[in-house]
Amino acid sequence: MAVLVVAEHDAGALKPATLNAVAAATELSKAGAGDIHILVAGSGCKAVADAAAQIAGVAKVLLADDAVYDHGLAENVAPLLVKLAPGYSHLLAPTTTAGKNLMPRVAALLDVMQISDIAGVVSQDTFVRPIYAGNALATVQSKDGIKVITVRGTAFPPVEGTGGSAAVETVDSTGDSGLSHFVKAELSKSERPELTSARIIISGGRGMQSGDNFHLLESVADKLGAAVGASRAAVDAGFVPNDYQVGQTGKIVAPELYIAVGISGAIQHLAGMKDSKVIVAINKDEEAPIFQIADYGLVGDLFKVIPELDEELGKRNS
Amino acid sequence: MKALVAVKRVVDYNVKVRVKADHTGVETANVKMSMNPFDEIAVEEALRLREAGTVDEVIAVSLGVQQCTETIRTALAMGADRGVLVQTDTELQPLAVAKLLKAVIDQEKPEIVIVGKRAIDDDCNQTGQMLAALLGWPQATFASKLTISGGDAEVTREVDGGLETIGYKLPLIMSTDLRLNEPRYASLPNIMKAKKKPIDTKTPDELGVDVTPRLVTLKVEEPAKRQGVVKVGSVAELVDKLKLEARVI
Repeated sequence: MAVLVVAEHDAGALKPATLNAVAAATELSKAGAGDIHILVAGSGCKAVADAAAQIAGVAKVLLADDAVYDHGLAENVAPLLVKLAPGYSHLLAPTTTAGKNLMPRVAALLDVMQISDIAGVVSQDTFVRPIYAGNALATVQSKDGIKVITVRGTAFPPVEGTGGSAAVETVDSTGDSGLSHFVKAELSKSERPELTSARIIISGGRGMQSGDNFHLLESVADKLGAAVGASRAAVDAGFVPNDYQVGQTGKIVAPELYIAVGISGAIQHLAGMKDSKVIVAINKDEEAPIFQIADYGLVGDLFKVIPELDEELGKRNS
Repeated sequence: MKALVAVKRVVDYNVKVRVKADHTGVETANVKMSMNPFDEIAVEEALRLREAGTVDEVIAVSLGVQQCTETIRTALAMGADRGVLVQTDTELQPLAVAKLLKAVIDQEKPEIVIVGKRAIDDDCNQTGQMLAALLGWPQATFASKLTISGGDAEVTREVDGGLETIGYKLPLIMSTDLRLNEPRYASLPNIMKAKKKPIDTKTPDELGVDVTPRLVTLKVEEPAKRQGVVKVGSVAELVDKLKLEARVI
């Protein structure tokens, strides 16, 4: 048997979350689960398959290249995984919106319970996963034949994206379900790193007061090579788009450095960033809960502190 | 057409959960329980569809212990027309919930089913997708906007890169994200009225569904605690600490 990892990609390029999922697959492989294969399903995604073939530790890449797999519609991709499933003991995908959408549909079609958002591999059938927004960790054992799993990226350091030389095999399309079709996407474009793979993140909360004020954070971000995030409060207030959101309902991140600016620290925000290596909190309210999980705290008015930080970093960089 | 919403009874989102001393789970005795917040959004969306004349009846379904009746009453007080309780003391996991909901849907025949994208207790994010799979219906997950016209629906979904709009054929399963709507509060007269609305009780046996859990929880633990905060007095001191002590910039 073997482990199949569903690649995360946007047709043009492989997304880094794939490498974290392969890391979890590598642990399963070490526990005796066999070879690691990658499925690239999409339209015009040969380049993605070639990139997947370079990933360290991957034995084979399956390429399902057909217009019906464009945009990863779960209604069309799930039957493909069900068709491939008999050759595998484990089916994995990253815990991204794509993985969360697809994998439970696959699990139900196979009549198995999915194991969501695993943060640790204990053995081939036993996993650690966060519950209650990360306030508790459950160790669960699956009694199902095939394990369908989503992988919390921040819990598995990525494998190398190069060094492998897997064969690429094409697989036949399972066709169009006729249930759904893509209409449009409004995706944010940014020159800065992606939130889920950034080494440094600076996030703003309700304390930012307006979307315009986020330029203060952007300037600091550019000096640090950081991504810019936000709390749910800042997104709900319309300061920034939804894809900025860090938290249980947005993105789960664990960078080397997380700087929380004007964020009070609601449970749901903490759930999304509390595994960061170093946390800095900048807030004028010294009672704010964010200070309870921060490593370094600076009590002060962010509209004074952030320009000062920007200047200090500029000075030291030059 | 009919709309069906699934509502889950969970530990209230304001409660800071505590892991039990014997590591079998978290404390739920004498803890405030409420409707899962994402399910409140589901109820609200169904009510708006009824108010817009798109659907003519809203059915609220809950599954689990007898006290789930309270969760159904909350949905009825918000404005749902009637309730269905699938009663069992067995721990229900998403696959079993999806199978039970399918059995109820086979009887009720709704055209649209709205569920919360995730329950805030087990954080599984599975039930809607599984239910869609079992019914062979499309799944509009993480919805932030819904438009229904004729036999089709268009749903804007919150995805990692921003927003995505997908067209679906009805009947449809939709799972709610935070920004779909702001749920209403139940008024006192409506809370009183809700007490008279009918709730039909069924059991997994009557629905012919095996709900035996597939995942066994071996233990539940608290996550590792962090070191504690070091307060710094100035920006220069902060940058020094990050450069020289933490070595992250």
